[in-house]
Amino acid sequence: MSVPATASGTTAGTGTETVKAGRGRKLPRYWVLLAVVGVVLVLSLLRVITGAEDLTSSGTIIAALIAIVPIMLAGLGGLWSERAGVVNIGLEGMMILGTWGAGYFGYHHGAYAGVAGAILMGMLGGLVHAVATVIFGVDHIISGVAINIIALGAVQYLAALTFIGLPGGGQTQSPKIGDVPTVTIGPLSDALKDVEDTDIFFVADVAAILRALCTNLSSLVIVAMLLLVATWYILWRTSFGLRLRSVGESPAAAESLGVKVMRYKFAAVLISGGLAGLAGGFLAMVASSNYRDGQTGGRGYIGLAAMIFGNWRPSGLLAGSGLFGYTETLGLRQGGTSVHALLLAVAVLALAGGVWQLRRGQAVSGAVIVGVGALVGALYFAIDEVPRDFSSMTPYVITLLVLAFASQRLRMPAADGQVYRKGSAG
Amino acid sequence: MTRARMIRLALALAAPVLALVAAFAITSLVLIVAGDPVGEVWSSILSVPEERNVANIIKNATVLYLSGLAVAVAFRMNLFNIGVDGQYRVAAFTAAVVAGEAWLPGYLNTAFAIVCAMAVGALWAGIAGVLRASRGVSEVISTIMLNFIATGLVAYLLRKLAVREEGSNEIGTREIPEGSRIPNISIGEGPTSEIYGFIVIAAAAGFLFWFVLNRTRFGFDLRATGQSTTAAVASGINVKRMTIAAMMVSGAVAGLVGLPILFGDSYAYGSTFQSGLGFAGIAVALLGRNNPIGIAVGALLFAYLDEQSNPLQILVGVSPDIVAITQGVIVLTVVISYELVRRYGVRLEQREVARALENPTSPDRHDAQEASV
Repeated sequence: MSVPATASGTTAGTGTETVKAGRGRKLPRYWVLLAVVGVVLVLSLLRVITGAEDLTSSGTIIAALIAIVPIMLAGLGGLWSERAGVVNIGLEGMMILGTWGAGYFGYHHGAYAGVAGAILMGMLGGLVHAVATVIFGVDHIISGVAINIIALGAVQYLAALTFIGLPGGGQTQSPKIGDVPTVTIGPLSDALKDVEDTDIFFVADVAAILRALCTNLSSLVIVAMLLLVATWYILWRTSFGLRLRSVGESPAAAESLGVKVMRYKFAAVLISGGLAGLAGGFLAMVASSNYRDGQTGGRGYIGLAAMIFGNWRPSGLLAGSGLFGYTETLGLRQGGTSVHALLLAVAVLALAGGVWQLRRGQAVSGAVIVGVGALVGALYFAIDEVPRDFSSMTPYVITLLVLAFASQRLRMPAADGQVYRKGSAG
Repeated sequence: MTRARMIRLALALAAPVLALVAAFAITSLVLIVAGDPVGEVWSSILSVPEERNVANIIKNATVLYLSGLAVAVAFRMNLFNIGVDGQYRVAAFTAAVVAGEAWLPGYLNTAFAIVCAMAVGALWAGIAGVLRASRGVSEVISTIMLNFIATGLVAYLLRKLAVREEGSNEIGTREIPEGSRIPNISIGEGPTSEIYGFIVIAAAAGFLFWFVLNRTRFGFDLRATGQSTTAAVASGINVKRMTIAAMMVSGAVAGLVGLPILFGDSYAYGSTFQSGLGFAGIAVALLGRNNPIGIAVGALLFAYLDEQSNPLQILVGVSPDIVAITQGVIVLTVVISYELVRRYGVRLEQREVARALENPTSPDRHDAQEASV
């Protein structure tokens, strides 16, 4: 599946032969692993140079995992729906429904029921979206906006109805929900802590990450990662997934080949809602310990952005949500120093990328990127710490920058967002 | 002709009525399932509002109207401005700072602040426009990101520029001097029956919206681009420039959203300044089908539902948030019922044409008509 490479490669007329060969080359299969190692190398280098110790502490990694998973699950919901050609801006609303579902069923029937309740409530939102967009042919964004309004009102109404009078519950929050099981490998965790404390370049950072993975790791984090892999397998390696994606690329062609277009779209949007609901459930049960009003804080939108960022692919989505979750965590922890350190990395990367662009003959974009890099670099040396309000903005600014510089390579499903009426194949 | 016209009018009215009835039914169903008293809820919401409630409804509707107009401008060009929320917040903050500093006397100060607000709103929305035109970034995503960034930016600037109010922890911008405030208009007795004087400006904005879109070259280009980009390109419209312009106009109108509150009520921008008006504007614009009169009706309906639901908690023990469900459902049912009515109308027209063709002339034309149906 090297669609973007071939799609954009044909238009690269001015580049030299070697550049062409480089762009057309398929990435090695283990590129995700290479990318992770590369990122850790950069971060540990940054830590050693700037002394921002929190960049790769195991505390940061644990918090980042918890921040990444809901964004990733929401993005996964967006991926399912958009691969079938339905834009789902209602992810936020479905997540909100999920938080209440987790709070209500989790309190009354235990943690597992909470997870199921979150998924079911999300699917309920998905059902509304599917009925509106697939059956009635409503504009996808209008339907999504309506679902966000309905979900917010419904959940506040339901919270007042169901949580007032319960111990610790009320208008804006549910009682405490039971915990989902966590995984800890005690001796390994302790051993890795010793390594982490040595502060050796790269080794300590890897130890911190491994330690985060074997200390109080929520089972839902593992489930989420498995869902990501399962999504990739189902959508790209099974005939069901192939048909589903064909519906998003060209519904008329799919229908003429006997694919039940409406059924696939419907199923995809339901699954999308379930995943978004689980994302909300994760917020209520793992990131926090109860339902709270306004808990999602726009993460449904961020998930959607992470998916676009990731070029409508699971691996890209993981990278996008990783970037968001990580920068958000940094902002919340020692934002001032950590985000300040990130500025240096951004500046160096932008300068390098800009010079590369210039050498390829892309004068305008190269110059712009070099300019941005120089500005960020100047900012790094001008201030000692990033103010709190700005460090909390980091994920959003980074999204805008990345979308601005990467968007021409992105390729969404060809029929995404278009309303399809049964029998249009003629 | 008159009969055809009447049918068209009846169909146009049928859609919103159908939508309201459906929303009413769905909300009632939710209430029944939840075990809340359906009858009491509706009789409370549908009771005749008192004078001060009417004033509140008009006040809130003024704000919602401006928000709906802002969304509708972009909508006419098939652009989805979800960023009205961020745009009006940076704009209202700017207006509050400018008017609070009072560099100019009296109403000159007011006018200057309004212009600044519109300019800042236009620039903020313009970022999304430029990104869309030059880099193809979906304005849906970029405006959402800009909303979050606006929140952080305004919070930061507020802390830098604000003054602490006497005897409270609340911080806000410097208060607007009395000579630069916009006086409220009274519709009855006492200060509780006053509506924003800004309503005049809102009405003017509505008229301008209609005039620019329907009577100017710019408006024609904008609507043409919205309906078909390829046709627009073929007729020589610079789509990229139109994209940026439409977003900026939308942002300029969005810049007005917070101002009725600022100049008629709060006189300063504090950390509790009302948020979320942009999202309500999307619903109102959809409800009003991007038409200035329709948006006014939509804004009044939403403001009415909000105001009338306020006492629900006290009177019948039901959370007033039930109204948000009604509002969201209305948005959906309006769109669905317009689509259903449109399909019905098309079928009606086809039948009419078929009948007209059937009677006098050649049968093969009739066959052709049927084949195409």
